[in-house]
Amino acid sequence: MIPEIGHFALILALSLAVCQGVLPLVGAHRDNAALMSVARSTSFGQFFFVAVSFGCLIWAFVNDDFSVLYVAKNSQLLLPTPYKVSAVWSAHEGSLLMWILILAIWTAAVAKFSSGIPLKLIARVIGVLGLLSVGFLLFALLTSNPFERLIPAAIDGADLNPLLQDPGLAIHPPILYIGYVGFSVAFAFAIAAMISGDLDQNWARWTRPWTVVAWLFLTIGIALGSWWAYYELGWGGWWFWDPVENASFMPWLIGTALIHSLAVTERRGLFKSWTLLLAITAFSLSLLGTFLVRSGIIVSVHAFATDPTRGFFILTFLAIVVIGALVLYAWRAPALDSTVGFSPLSRETFLLLNNVLLVIATTLVLLGTLAPLIVEMLNGGKISIGAPWFQIAFLVPMIPLVLLLGLGMHTAWRKQNPGPWMRLLRLPAIAAVIIGVVLPLMFYGRVSLMLIIGCGAAAWIVISSLIQPVRSWCRKEGATGITRSALGMCIAHLGMGVFVIGVTITSAFGIESDRAMRIGETLEVAGLQFEFRELREVQGPNYTAIEGVLEVRDGGEFIGTVRPQKRQYLVQKNWMTEAGIHPTWNKDLFVALGDQIGDGVWSVRIQYKPLIRFIWIGAFIMAMGGLVTVTDRRYRKTVK
Amino acid sequence: MKPRQQRMLAVGLAVAGVAIAAALTLKAFDENMMFFVEVSNVVAGEYPQERNFRIGGLVVEDSIEREEGSLDMRFRVTDMRCELSVMYNGVLPDLFREGQGVVAHGAMGAGEVFIADKILAKHDENYMAPEVAASLAKHVDEKMAPLQEGGAECNSG
Repeated sequence: MIPEIGHFALILALSLAVCQGVLPLVGAHRDNAALMSVARSTSFGQFFFVAVSFGCLIWAFVNDDFSVLYVAKNSQLLLPTPYKVSAVWSAHEGSLLMWILILAIWTAAVAKFSSGIPLKLIARVIGVLGLLSVGFLLFALLTSNPFERLIPAAIDGADLNPLLQDPGLAIHPPILYIGYVGFSVAFAFAIAAMISGDLDQNWARWTRPWTVVAWLFLTIGIALGSWWAYYELGWGGWWFWDPVENASFMPWLIGTALIHSLAVTERRGLFKSWTLLLAITAFSLSLLGTFLVRSGIIVSVHAFATDPTRGFFILTFLAIVVIGALVLYAWRAPALDSTVGFSPLSRETFLLLNNVLLVIATTLVLLGTLAPLIVEMLNGGKISIGAPWFQIAFLVPMIPLVLLLGLGMHTAWRKQNPGPWMRLLRLPAIAAVIIGVVLPLMFYGRVSLMLIIGCGAAAWIVISSLIQPVRSWCRKEGATGITRSALGMCIAHLGMGVFVIGVTITSAFGIESDRAMRIGETLEVAGLQFEFRELREVQGPNYTAIEGVLEVRDGGEFIGTVRPQKRQYLVQKNWMTEAGIHPTWNKDLFVALGDQIGDGVWSVRIQYKPLIRFIWIGAFIMAMGGLVTVTDRRYRKTVK
Repeated sequence: MKPRQQRMLAVGLAVAGVAIAAALTLKAFDENMMFFVEVSNVVAGEYPQERNFRIGGLVVEDSIEREEGSLDMRFRVTDMRCELSVMYNGVLPDLFREGQGVVAHGAMGAGEVFIADKILAKHDENYMAPEVAASLAKHVDEKMAPLQEGGAECNSG
């Protein structure tokens, strides 16, 4: 009964979404206030029914209703309850329903917190979001109904993929989706502006906080995914340039460009059509990402069993959205641009460069991701592009981006006087170069050109991000301090600096070593002694495990115990590696247990990862910077 | 600066950036491009010389051999027509098993042995890399049909 209610609620949500997508747009076109005011109520109604539907699916999982096909495929009686809930979005049907729910939440939030925005604009924004909802609801109902029955019902389920039974992966998809789907709001604002032909600085002020919030969730979502891959896949890397990872990274890069371009549009009324194009692109890339992940068209280590008809539906939807938006853009955008000038040495120039470099970076990632597909279509055989290519190619736009970032932050809008600018930045630049040479040499005993660039760039960003906040901190009371928006920018850039130092040091000084190890034996890796003390059996709620106990010493000093496991889950019977990690602020010691390769001998992977935590901490600081920015007073005034 | 000049500057920078990126990209691209070669083709000697490529297929039952207590190991991969010996030194992914699909990166070594530097894992036991599935399906069909000439040329093992 409950699953049928869920299915029915989804159909009701679709009918409301149709109203939400059509009536307000017609109302805005005819200047009919009654039709326009339908926007808010239908969006709340749609949200209600989608939430009911989602709740029904959770109910089916928690109560082990194996007469529902999707539950029988992805859950099991002994699965701990939190994982029964997260199993809801562990496969295609449920994650699509979650996508729809998050879109409904964003829409309802826009409807609720938009009292200062003119009704006509908000009606159009909600209308466009309604049309997107229609597309996704149709997708769910026609190709991927999560409430489909299994008759006769299964006695027990096939279990959740053991790799997904992990707290990191339980929260990674929702956070990532909040980011992905959040770009639909910027997209809807862009479409609304193009329909009305009216794009002023207020429009940018209303659009910006929504975009920043979407961006900050995407940032955390990607960082969580990277962290999960690091400890759960047992490889010890943090980014593999895999198509699925790239699919989430491309909207992030364009989203970052969009935030910066919106800043120019808001403050100076410039880059209008460019901002629109970025808003369209960010959301299109989110859709493309979904398509790549769900269609199975691209070979990925993250790929799950897939269904081509679904890929076809998403591709069609993607084509309609992208082509529709671009046609509208070609038709309306040229009329929007203003012709205000700016000097070559001004913040506008630096933000323009930021955008150009981020777009180049996105293009490179897109090229590498789609190359296997293109080559195969041209009959050039089946190829794959290795991670080393991405690592080299990505640095091309990134190094100038990072160096220009420090300059741009301290450049005035319109026109910057070169004298004081040089005096301000001379010292930080010298300090950065010195740190770039000294830091690796002092702590890690080696230096190279890449290390100087990496550490120097990180120091450069950190120092230049701190100048403004420190100055405002030291200022006497009563004087005007730093705005929240500027502080947020400084924090986000500081996070970028922390991230860069983490990446540089980990990739230069990280050690990975596959070894054969006898119980009782001591091996030395990275100057540390790893002693394989014992092997024992551990019983989990739905798995049994073999656990290795390794003690790590530095000379005579005890550092910690690492406990890697090999788990065998009761239903799926596969062995799963659960890496043992001893984390400290400045390094991770990582041990993964391989196979038994002889009597009392095991293959083990031992890794020493200096400063690897800085990568995720940096990403988290960036996201916090975004959060501080949206609390700025000028957004609270109108967009509560 | 006039808007016109601004635009020229922007276009100029973009073109320069794209040109540099394109040059580096193409060079690195060629170096890092890895072809997928079917096991039968490898056995017939049709594989890229002096560079890495990928192979894939099923791990042959009872083919895993390892030296007691050492990471060095050998196994055979089949595409349902030919078999190829693979050597690997390292920790294996969780879902590596006899009779299961596998993808390996590496290059040919002496004596018709593929030296793998990477054995690929997968997330899902029901998932098989599309190119491996295609290569297997092709030869399963061939087996159903009467063996063509040349079909017997595979004598490796």
